[in-house]
This record gives sequence, structure tokens and C-alpha cells, in this order.
Amino acid sequence: MSTPASTQTFEQLARKEYEAGFVTDVESEQIPRGLNEDVIRLISRKKDEPEFMLEWRLRAFRHWLTMKEPTWAFVKYPPIDYQDIIYYSAPKKRQALNSLDEVDPEILRTYEKLGIPLEEQKRLANVAVDAVFDSVSVATTFKDKLAAMGVIFCSFSEAVKNHPDIVKQYLGSVVPYTDNYFAALNAAVFSDGSFCFVPKGVRCPMELSTYFRINAAETGQFERTLIVAEDDSYVSYLEGCTAPMRDKNQLHAAVVELVALDRAQIKYSTVQNWYPGDKEGRGGIFNFVTKRGMCAGHRSKISWTQVETGSAITWKYPSCILKGDESVGEFYSVAVTNNRQQADTGTKMVHLGKNTRSTIISKGISCGRGQNTYRGLVRVNKTAQNARNYTQCDSLLIGNQCGAHTVPYIEVKNHTARVEHEASTSKISEDQLFYAKSRGIPEEDAVSMIVNGFCRKVFKELPMEFAVEAQKLLTVSLEGSVG
Amino acid sequence: MLEIRGLHARVGDKEILKGIDLLVRPGEVHAIMGPNGSGKSTLSQVLAGRDTFEVTKGQVLYEGKDLLALSPEDRATRGIFLAFQYPVEIPGVGNMHFLRTALNAVRRKHEQEELDAMDFLALIKEKMRLVEMDQSFMNRSVNEGFSGGEKKRNEILQMAVLDPKLAILDETDSGLDIDALRIVASGVNALRHSDRAMLVITHYQRLLEYIVPDFVHVIAGGKIVKSGDRALAKELEKTGYAWVERPRA
Repeated sequence: MSTPASTQTFEQLARKEYEAGFVTDVESEQIPRGLNEDVIRLISRKKDEPEFMLEWRLRAFRHWLTMKEPTWAFVKYPPIDYQDIIYYSAPKKRQALNSLDEVDPEILRTYEKLGIPLEEQKRLANVAVDAVFDSVSVATTFKDKLAAMGVIFCSFSEAVKNHPDIVKQYLGSVVPYTDNYFAALNAAVFSDGSFCFVPKGVRCPMELSTYFRINAAETGQFERTLIVAEDDSYVSYLEGCTAPMRDKNQLHAAVVELVALDRAQIKYSTVQNWYPGDKEGRGGIFNFVTKRGMCAGHRSKISWTQVETGSAITWKYPSCILKGDESVGEFYSVAVTNNRQQADTGTKMVHLGKNTRSTIISKGISCGRGQNTYRGLVRVNKTAQNARNYTQCDSLLIGNQCGAHTVPYIEVKNHTARVEHEASTSKISEDQLFYAKSRGIPEEDAVSMIVNGFCRKVFKELPMEFAVEAQKLLTVSLEGSVG
Repeated sequence: MLEIRGLHARVGDKEILKGIDLLVRPGEVHAIMGPNGSGKSTLSQVLAGRDTFEVTKGQVLYEGKDLLALSPEDRATRGIFLAFQYPVEIPGVGNMHFLRTALNAVRRKHEQEELDAMDFLALIKEKMRLVEMDQSFMNRSVNEGFSGGEKKRNEILQMAVLDPKLAILDETDSGLDIDALRIVASGVNALRHSDRAMLVITHYQRLLEYIVPDFVHVIAGGKIVKSGDRALAKELEKTGYAWVERPRA
């Protein structure tokens, strides 16, 4: 740390660029910037939506107009001009795509560069992928194989057209458009996203995955994901996100709704690597996301695992409503903030049913001038007899210009509840670092090894391939953080 | 192999080493003894490159090169190994992963091919026998929840795997019961080699019953006050350290 040689390495590493930061040159179709009812009608018309969707969007928009942007999160950012955003951008030449051959090769190359297997020949990877490029879904793989089992995995737009009844039944049932400012905005203007339906008794044989990519400049991305798992079904779903490097901030306001019925299990994993902005905090994605799962039935289980390394601002609280008796909610999170990144993230566990259980493991890592806040709510309602929660929040600080904050809210209205909360904040230890270095391990590898160890409890919840990716990403995010 | 000349080091304003001179040749085992606070451990940490200590004067040559100019990781890959008095716990990092990463860092330095998990497993199995460790240690986090004896055995295992040219054992005997001491010492003895030098730092003569040194040095007040052979250690056992401390009191 004090030798000139290592300082130099760190400076070099710090200059290392965000690897997903390239721009793809495709012609895109955009609508004029700004937001009003006409824009919403235009989006709905472009998507050829049924009347009920348009009405829902308009109701959401009218409600949004009455709302104020929330300010309670521990993040600072310049005011967002919602009239200066382009709300719809799609790569041109898009008709209903039947096979990947019809996808613009430039877009396929983009996903290739990102290491995401879209080509059918890569089916050995055994991951079904839906790729969302700017506002629309460009490709979904393995559709046929999944359909044979009754699993519907497609873009949200297709679901609206082909499965309107399911969409109608569940859309907004977990996150109503009245929920919060960004959820209302999303409901009004969302352009695509992923949809997944797993019928009774089916164990989805492969990981389902969506990769979100923002490409166009000055557009917002508003996608919406809905996953419904019927009785006794199981699905594991992965979500990844990247964006090019741009000097201006871009808004991303997504909504994810999960519904698990009796004994159904949904495992939802995210590796979020939106462009975080540069060292001085120029550019980067503003990520305002509402994710919530409803454990609707007896013994339903929903598990959120997230690795958050990107975005300039992260505002995100994947939550579980434990309505069914004996249902289980889990939240495993690693959030890294480096340079000028700010993250305010955590979860809400709302216990309604009897014998419901929830587990929260949160690992926050702050370096550079990053600010990292864990904000979590555990609420046990009167009806929730014998509810249990275990929360563990650990923060790791690297350097002395960053910050870590823990804001737990605990509301218990039933005396049989058992709620445990453990929290710790530590600095990366000089002893550990020296120990590793004295064994020949270079400093940056030592830091990454120690931090990975700190996150292990969360990483082991990720599907294998994703865990490897998450570890690599963590290493890249930490580069230049010590020195 | 190692030549220390007039080495002075301090932590903050406090001078701890006040002119150490020492010459170590390949194959030699040197014991460094001394009372608490005499600077024994500081010497070992300075040699390994801990930056808590500032070297204010003097020189250390290792294989003819200026050792003090090298980073701790450079020193390690060039063959210096410090067995810690208090081995550090690293939660969540597997012992096996840690050791393989270290070995591969050393191998890279010597332009040898890195070992994959399978090759490494074969190597480690053999080395673990030296310190009577079973494989369950490999799946645990580095030193986490290890007993005192297990930690020290783990240090010797690391030494066996990394195969250093100069091994510094910092109070490896502290906190060990007699059985653990025997295991650790026999592990160390198995690693004695005509190409490898050892600096064995200890407060007690006891360890030297098992690891027999070629030379014994007594350090007090930051200086080597007496050097001799094994007989010196025996003498110390009888007389204690009072005689070395008194003139300075």
C-alpha cells in the first residue's frame, strides 16, 4: 500500500474502463421526448395493445401526476426532468421474430460481447434467455422446449397479446401502480420486459434469464417483469443488466412482480451492472426499481438474491409479502459502491400468515467515495402467529472516504414473533491483507479474495454460472479501490 | 543468503530495533531468543515487509539484493516465508483456495505453470501428512475457528507447500501443548534442507529441544547481545533473561 510499485498498479487499474460500456450502432425508432397522455397512447398503439392495457396505463399516469418523487432515501442526485426523457426506443426492422436469424446481427454481436449466449447452438448452457434491448425484447431462446412443458417464457408484449387473461389477473396485483412514484411511472410507460408462467406441478428444467441492455442515449428504460408460479411449481430466474458509458444520467425504473401459489418456489437472482458513471460521478444509470414477491399460498417460498455493482444511484428493495401460512421469504444481497456511487437498498419482509419465516443477509461494500445504505423493514402483523425473522447486515469499508449506513425498521404486532437483527461494520483488515501478501498474493488479488470471502454467504445462493460472473464483476468493481 | 547490517526500525516514535547484525547462510538454522519486548517479533515482521514498522537505518541483503525495497508479496515469491505468531482468520475464504492462490502466485513468478485444483489436491494431500492434518481443514475458511495448535500446523503446512528458501518462524511454539509442539516441530524438521535457511524465533528453550539450531542469538533492547551455539540456549534456561536485561534496566 505504501510502496510506489503498488500505487502505480492501482492507478492503472483505476483507469480500467467499464467493460460493458460500448455503444451498438443500430438504427432505432424513437418517439419525441417528453411525457403526456398522447405519448402513452402512442406507446400502447405501437405495441398494439388491447384496450385494458391502455386504460391501466392512463390510470397509472393520472395517479403519477398526483404523486411526489420520494426523498427519504440516503442518495443525492440532481433533479430529474421527466419531460426531457425519451420514453420509447426500439431497434428498427422489428416484426414478430420467429428465430434468431431475424434479429439484427449488430444486436446479436452486442450480446456476444457481453458474453450472453443467445445463439441456439449455445443451448448446452441450459439457460433460456430473453434479451431486452432498449425498450423491447429482441429474442427469447428455448421457447419451444419450455412450451412443451407448459412453461410460458416470453416478452411482456407477447404475453399481453397471447395470454391477456393471465396478465389481466396478475398485473399490478403485487405492485399496484399506486404503490410508489416510480412504480406509477413504470406502469404508465413501460415498454417491455419478461413474462414467465409456470403451471401446476412443473419444475422448470432450466434457468430462465433476461438480459437488459440500454443502448440509445437519453432514453429511459422501463421494463416490467411478471412471474407466476402455480401450485407445486419451481422456477429459477436470472436477470442481468448493462448499459453503455454516457456522460448524461439515464433513468431506469423497473417493476418486478412475483406470485408464488401453494408450495411454489421462485428463486430470483440479479446481477446488476448498469453503467455506474465515471470516477468523478459523471453519467451513470439512476436505478429506481420496485421488486416484490407475493407468497400467496401455503408454504410458498420466494428467494431474492442480488449482486449490485453498477448504477450511479440504486434505489431498490426486493420484498416479500408472506401471506400464506408457513411461507418463506429470503433476501441475500451484495451491494458495492465505488467512486461516487450511491446505493440505498434492502428489503421488506411483511409477515401476514402463521408460522412464516424470513431471512435477510445483506453485505454492503463501500469504497472510493461510495455511500452504501441498507434499509430494511421487518413487519409482523397481528395475524402472523409464530413469525420468525433473522437479519444479518454487514458492512465493509475500504479506504476512509466512503460511508456505510444501516437503517433497520422493525414493527412487531404479535407477541409470539421472534425477530433477530445482527449488524456489523468493519474496515478491511490490515492484518488480513498483510497475511495474504506475505504468502505472495498480490494486493489487488488479496483485496478481491477477502471481499469475496465476505460475500460468500450470498454468492453461494446464486446459480453456479452466475456466481462465477458475480465474483468476476466484484473484482472489476473493486479495482482501484485500495491504494 | 541473508545479511542484516545495523538494522534500526521503529513504530511511531518508538525505536524497537537498534542495530541488528546477522548473517545467515543456506542450510543454517538460527534461533533468536530474547525476553518479551526485546524486538524479536519486530525483526520477523520487518523482514516480511510489514509497513507498520519504519526502517530508519541499516540494510538487509537477501541473495545479494536490497530486501527492504521489495513489497511483501515480492519477498514471498522470492522465497521468504513468515510463519505468524498469530495466524490471521479470513472468513469465507477457503483454506484450499487461499493456499492454491498463494502457490500459483509463487509459480507464476518462477514462470512455472499454475496448478489446477486436481494437481493441487494431490500435492496438498502429501504435505498434510507432514503436519498430521486431515482434509477437512482444507474445506474450512482460512484459520477461522481453528484451535491454537491447528493454526500453527496450518502455518507449517503453508510453508511446506510454498517451499521457501528462508523460513522465519515467529514464536511458533507459543500456545502449543506438548503434542501439538511435537507435530509442528517434526513438520519443521522434515523441511530442513541444505538449501533452506531458517530463523526460529522463540522465548523458550523448549522448542529448541525439538528443532535443534546451528546458532543461537540472544536479542535484548533491540540488539543482539550474545551469539553462540546450542549451549547458549541451555544456559539461558538455567539463568533466565535477567542477566541480559539488567545492564539496560
